[in-house]
Amino acid sequence: MSNKVIMLGNEAFARGAYEAGVKVSAAYPGTPSTEISENLVKYDGVYAEWSPNEKVAMEVAIGASVSGVRALASMKHVGVNVAADPLYSIAYSGVNGGLVLVAADDPGLYSSQNEQDSRMVARAANVPVIEPSDSAEAKEFIKFAFDLSENYDTPVMVRTTTRLSHSQGLVELNVRIEPEDKPYERNMQKNVMMPGNAKLRHIVVEERNKKLALDAAEFPINKVEYNDKKIGIITSGIPYQYVKEVLPNASVLKLGLVNPLPRTLIEEFAKNVEELYIVEELEPVIEEQVKSWGIKATGKEIFTIQGEYSANLLRKALLKESLDLEAPAQIPNRPPILCPGCPHRSVYSVLNKLKIHAAGDIGCYTLGAVAPLSVVDTTVCMGSSISMLHGMEKAKGREFIKNWVAVIGDSTFMHTGVNSLMNMVYNQATGTVMILDNSTTGMTGHQDHAATGKMLSGEPTYAINIYHLCKAIGIENVYEVSAFDVDTLEETIKREVARDAISVIITKAPCALLNKEPIKFQYKIDADICKKCGSCLKPGCPAITKCEDGTIKINDTMCNGCGLCASKCKFGAISKVEL
Amino acid sequence: MTKNIMIVGVGGQGTLLTSRILGKLMLHVGYDVKISEVHGMAQRGGSVVTYVRYGEKVAEPIVEEGTADVLIAFERLEALRYAHFLKKDGVLIVNDQRIDPMPVVIGAAKYPEDIIEGLEQKYKVLKVDAMEEAKKLGNTRVFNNVVLGIAAKHMDIDYKDWITVIEQTVPPKTIEINKKAFDIGYNLHN
Repeated sequence: MSNKVIMLGNEAFARGAYEAGVKVSAAYPGTPSTEISENLVKYDGVYAEWSPNEKVAMEVAIGASVSGVRALASMKHVGVNVAADPLYSIAYSGVNGGLVLVAADDPGLYSSQNEQDSRMVARAANVPVIEPSDSAEAKEFIKFAFDLSENYDTPVMVRTTTRLSHSQGLVELNVRIEPEDKPYERNMQKNVMMPGNAKLRHIVVEERNKKLALDAAEFPINKVEYNDKKIGIITSGIPYQYVKEVLPNASVLKLGLVNPLPRTLIEEFAKNVEELYIVEELEPVIEEQVKSWGIKATGKEIFTIQGEYSANLLRKALLKESLDLEAPAQIPNRPPILCPGCPHRSVYSVLNKLKIHAAGDIGCYTLGAVAPLSVVDTTVCMGSSISMLHGMEKAKGREFIKNWVAVIGDSTFMHTGVNSLMNMVYNQATGTVMILDNSTTGMTGHQDHAATGKMLSGEPTYAINIYHLCKAIGIENVYEVSAFDVDTLEETIKREVARDAISVIITKAPCALLNKEPIKFQYKIDADICKKCGSCLKPGCPAITKCEDGTIKINDTMCNGCGLCASKCKFGAISKVEL
Repeated sequence: MTKNIMIVGVGGQGTLLTSRILGKLMLHVGYDVKISEVHGMAQRGGSVVTYVRYGEKVAEPIVEEGTADVLIAFERLEALRYAHFLKKDGVLIVNDQRIDPMPVVIGAAKYPEDIIEGLEQKYKVLKVDAMEEAKKLGNTRVFNNVVLGIAAKHMDIDYKDWITVIEQTVPPKTIEINKKAFDIGYNLHN
């Protein structure tokens, strides 16, 4: 019986961490990293949690490492920014048990607000970076990362990208090694980063980098494949696969360790090939260093900094092939949308009606920026809606924000929004904050958080009550309203934005996709009563279609029975149908 | 020789589930396989694409334009959007369903007419109303196996291997109805 299975890159990371003997894992969900934790929690002998944000997750993992066990933190690239504070300093302290951070980049921006390159962060933080190129390597390289972490006394970043994390490939399973817990010993000079200690640790860090760069020439994760020496390519990660697809006969230096770079290995490879190319997605991290050593190479002169690469991209840029491809059809695009029955649509339909601007945040509800809802004016990062509304008020005064609210989801509020709300209380703000509570982390695929009452393991736990939390930090005007009670919602919003005091409106209704039971009723339009006015179309529900002849229909394969359309119909043409 | 399959549709239609079956199938048959998926925001009613490549040794996890052997489209407009990924003698399988994208819902764009007729001019098109077939069986959720049944005829893998993998993949209670759905597709375009 073969022990080969097919796994997503992220499943393979989880499996690798398990096999490496990891004991503690902490993360905050974020595409494309989420499935690592969701898979790791299934293994015996591993404690895995959702932390409220990436900084907390990183610190939980650091604590576990300091105590003497192998620990993992995983997050998307922008999450690494949130965790940057502990990351930069733990790079000085180093580790006790192996400490690995999986950072998931998103070239091509499938589900992110920017296209940053985590390798740049790691370089700035003096953290070694390992980069696998398929599921099998994802599993093996993360095991290597734990060994590296302990052997060189450093946290290690394993960098992945969407294409690796969300591609399935074959993986051979091995058994878990059970490393013995290391003893904890007090070491103030190493573990307390105050100036006097940190000065000394910085020297250690620089020495470590130098040693790693030398030793890396012998690391099995760096691989030299000499073939035809006319073209030599330095690459790593997923782009390696595109290189193999297009140039199976070229010589390739495939880097597994991309920070620090194995300089001697690169210099030797460069000498042995006629033309040297560097193929890396996003920033020219390898290229700039290689060129700074006086090595002649071609990189971003012909390859783009933006987006994902592909075999065809290499054919065009490197081989100068003119590909005779058919042009794509010019047709309406299909951007992501709020689902039928989504409570956010109901809330936004009211804000739209009241012509209120929203400082937005990160989640499905960011989609309230686009037509026809067009309510969200700004989105920057997790938790920013509340602080930005506050900044607007301080800049332009109370009157300016009388037609503004901040909108933030429950999970994002628990992530960093609560800090911003404390700031509003502290600095005497008067804005209105709307917490769209759908009882889950929606966009990443329904993960629990500190206010849902369930842990990553599925076990029940105390659910932090958002209403009481807001009250406890000193907000008098806190209201809970059903997201689908549009009349009460309208009345509450009108009243609260006019109020010269801070207020919080918590709109409640679970995510439409949380309910796995068959729906009990739907809505139907009576064509005889319908005046075809289009009011029901305004909230932009994908289940409602205006046909060529002007009639309006509700698609019974999509309707989730939320009833928002019926609340918009002045003629009573939309009625509930029991199923 | 690597075979290139694409599954396209609208987020929420179950393209991911379909690709999982293909992954298990390739593992069962003993091929190397890579499958590339879309998760996260794009899944929320957006245009989604899954790439499946299998053969002796697969490097790249995505299918390039002009190289797909089989394009499985769960929706008409998505068939049109990705048709140029097909190679010259590729097969296009279309589930004859219309889901309006937001620009159409709000009246900013028109849903193209006669999509399938247009595609038939250029490609070998196999059409099915899988949702209708699944409704007849009494469970709309099995519609993707109707579509897979059609695709199976063009993927050089034995019928019995498909059945084995469906049996291993779907919930035990739904094995029979899923197999029936697969057979409907398998026998549709003889």
